[in-house]
Order: sequence, then C-alpha cells, then structure tokens
Amino acid sequence: MTSKVGKDIAINGDSAVALAWKQIDPDVCAAYPITPQTIIVERFSEYVANGEATTEFVDVESEHSALTLCTTACSAGARTFTATASQGLAYMWEMLPITAAMRVPIIMAVANRTVSGPININNDHGDVMSARDTGWLSIFAENVQEAYDMSVIAPKIAEHPEVQLPCLVNLDGFILTHAIERMTPLESQEVKKFVGPFKPQYPLLDTDHPVTHNLMDGPLYYFPHKYQTVLAMKKAHDVAEDVFAEYAKISGRQYHQLEKYMCDDAEIVAIVLGSSFGTMKEAVDRLRDEGMSVGVAMPRVFRPWPAKEIAALMKGKKAVIVMDRHLSIGAYGPMFPEVCAAGTCNKEMPAMYNFIYGLGGADTMVSDFMSVFKIVSEGKADKVNFVGVKA
Amino acid sequence: MVNLVGYKDLVVGDRVIEPGSSEKFHTGDWRSVVPTIDSSICIDCLTCWIYCPDDCILVQDDKVVGIKTTHCKGCGICSKVCPKHAITMKEDFS
Repeated sequence: MTSKVGKDIAINGDSAVALAWKQIDPDVCAAYPITPQTIIVERFSEYVANGEATTEFVDVESEHSALTLCTTACSAGARTFTATASQGLAYMWEMLPITAAMRVPIIMAVANRTVSGPININNDHGDVMSARDTGWLSIFAENVQEAYDMSVIAPKIAEHPEVQLPCLVNLDGFILTHAIERMTPLESQEVKKFVGPFKPQYPLLDTDHPVTHNLMDGPLYYFPHKYQTVLAMKKAHDVAEDVFAEYAKISGRQYHQLEKYMCDDAEIVAIVLGSSFGTMKEAVDRLRDEGMSVGVAMPRVFRPWPAKEIAALMKGKKAVIVMDRHLSIGAYGPMFPEVCAAGTCNKEMPAMYNFIYGLGGADTMVSDFMSVFKIVSEGKADKVNFVGVKA
Repeated sequence: MVNLVGYKDLVVGDRVIEPGSSEKFHTGDWRSVVPTIDSSICIDCLTCWIYCPDDCILVQDDKVVGIKTTHCKGCGICSKVCPKHAITMKEDFS
C-alpha cells in the first residue's frame, strides 16, 4: 500500500494553504494581494506559472473584482478559490451575501487581520466577524497543519450537493500565515481523491440547459430563498461531521465542530477561536498543575454555529469565559452573545464572562490567559473585560 | 394571485431554470387602476397597442378587444396616448 501521508515539511501557514490549493488544482483563482494573505497568492501563482497547477489565475484590480469574478466563474461551473484579509474582505463585503445567496461554493482563505482604523496590519478577527451574517461557512485553524487540513476539507463541505455555500478558511495573520511550523501534508493524489471532481449545480456554461442566475427577488421569494440558506447551513453541520471523519481516515487527524481540551471535568471553561486555542491549552496545562479545574474549547466551525455542542459543553459549569479577538464597540465581543444564546437551551446558566483580547495584534501570552482564568475564579471579573490594555 | 412556490420547491440559489417564466409572474397584481376602453369611441388605431410597455392590449382581427389583466400594471400610458380619449383609468382593487 502506498503512503497516503507525505513527508513532514517546514512551512508557514500561507504557503501551506497554497500547497493545499496546488494539490486540489482548482479551475479558477482570482485574488488581490494584501498583507498577511499575500504569500498565499504569490506562492500559488508560482505553482500556476510553473505548470504545477492548471488553474486559470486571473490578476484583478481589486478585491471587489476578485470576488465578483470568482462568483461568476463558480456560477459558470468552475471550482474557484480566492484569498484575502482585512480591508480586502471589507472591500469584498458587498459581494459576500450575494455569493452566498447565489449558492456558489467558493473557497476563500482569510488571513485574519484587524480592520482599520487605526491603521494596523496585525491579527485580530475584525475582518471575518464582519462576514459572519453573510451566509458563508466559516472554519478556523489553530496552527499551520490545520490551515492546510482545513483548506483540503473546506471544498468537501462547501460543495456538498445539499450545502452549496461558499466557505471562509480562517488562519490568524502573521501568527500562522508567516510562522514556519512543522506540518505533514497528504500526498497530492490522496487530496485529489478526497476532494473529488467539482460538480456544479445549474452551471451557466451548460448551454443545453439555459439558466438565469442572481435574479431580482421580490419579497415573496427573498424570504424563502433565505430560508433555504438556513437549511443548507443546518445541513453543513452534519456534513462537516462526516467530512471530518472521512478526513481522519486518510490523515489520522480527527477534527470536531467544537474542539475541546480538558473540558469534561472542568469547572471553568474558556471558548476561543484560532491560534489562541493553542496558547490557552498551555495555560490550562499550567493551571491544572496548580490544581485549578479549567478547560478550553474552540468552535472549529464558526458558521454553522455549533450551538448544540456549546450548550452541552456549558452544562454544569461554574463559569464560562468567552474570549473575543474582536469587539462590537458599545456591546460585547461577537462570540459572547452567541455562546450565551446557546446556553439558554440548558436549564441553568453558568456565570458568563467576556474577555476582549489581542486587538490589532496585541500579544497575548500564556500568562495573560492564565490570569484570565484566575480573575474569574477569584470572582474579580467584570461582565466585559479587556486583557492587557496599558493604562 | 399567482401560485407561489415555497422554499421546498423553489430552485436553490435564486436561479430560474426555464425560459419565459416571467409570463408566470402576474405583475397585474400591482395594479390599482385599470384601463377601461369605451368601444363606441375607439377607432382601433392601435396607438395604445404600440405604446403599451407590457403588451397588454388584446387585439383580434385588427380590433382592440380588451386588456390583459394578468400583466397590466395600470401605468395609464394607453389612456394618455389615445387620440380619441377612449381609455379611462378606473380604480381597481380586485
């Protein structure tokens, strides 16, 4: 039997995404470079130029054009990928809900970076959180390996015949995009076999069956169409579970809608997204050594929101800490109300705390996360807290 | 009122997969006034037929015979252009 798994390599997150793309070999890619996503499209365009990928790579004049081109290419029947970050995603925003409503399963890597201003190029989740209500699936990676794995997994979920939704693959800007880590890729033929051929629904280029896409939708049809997207999102929840299991078989790495670390017997659990999950695991380890009963979880799939899994996680906990790397100024972090809402399915609510951290790339260390748990455990936390803002 | 398709039967993705389906969309539902033709004044010049943006003036053997109510939005252009003032717009809340 030939090996399904390739050799370990040292690679940064952006290049890992580009490698996955090369192995999948999509039909069309249109993208506009923006820090910290640039390496993805740079590296991928090299693969195309070298003939290692057969993709039609289109240089466009803006992110808005990139997503418009991708949406139409995918409508035409092409497997289509793009990538962006921050202002780029903001510039694409007008097209985001349209792409989702057109039900074209584009894959977009987002090198999470804050949205200006003040002008800043570093990591937080301000960009992707602005896309959370648009109907795109959204998946998060904790490390470079996962950035690669999620890039391979995403099309399989998005392109499922009953899902057909575009998907954001999130990796933290610089922390993952530019950091070199050890990673085990799959063999290219394994990736191709796993992802399979692209089967578009009602493609525009099927001239034997002419169709019209993206019509004016009056009030009578707008709501039913939106509801169909709701159902597709629900379906994506089940599909993701199956795809994760299938991926585990070829990679040996099993993913879950909600990743949990030391949560089962914990009195206090934190919920966090992206690379901070790794940092918080270390904080949990150290606090466990000190005798504290703590755990941490990460919604691997942020859309569809794993409400059931989160409700189950919250059951019987003393306190739940929601770590948000973004802020709705004047309210809470974006994940806090969603976790609270999920918890209302249970009879009893734990004490709920929101911690805003790491905005604009502010370093948040293991010790910072340890003090978050300690502040909560000592009853000194406010409802909304800000980690490490210098006075 | 046209028979509406619900979310269960609606083609996903805001697509129309058959040609000429706008025929099924009864824009006449939007109408609040309806053209009423006085055939004793009408000279069948067909000016209204030429101007009607929705092809709603029904003509048989070169004579105006009525209004296609399923798609007439009641815009009143036919009434304005009629050289004999044979068409009046009447309230229609049916």
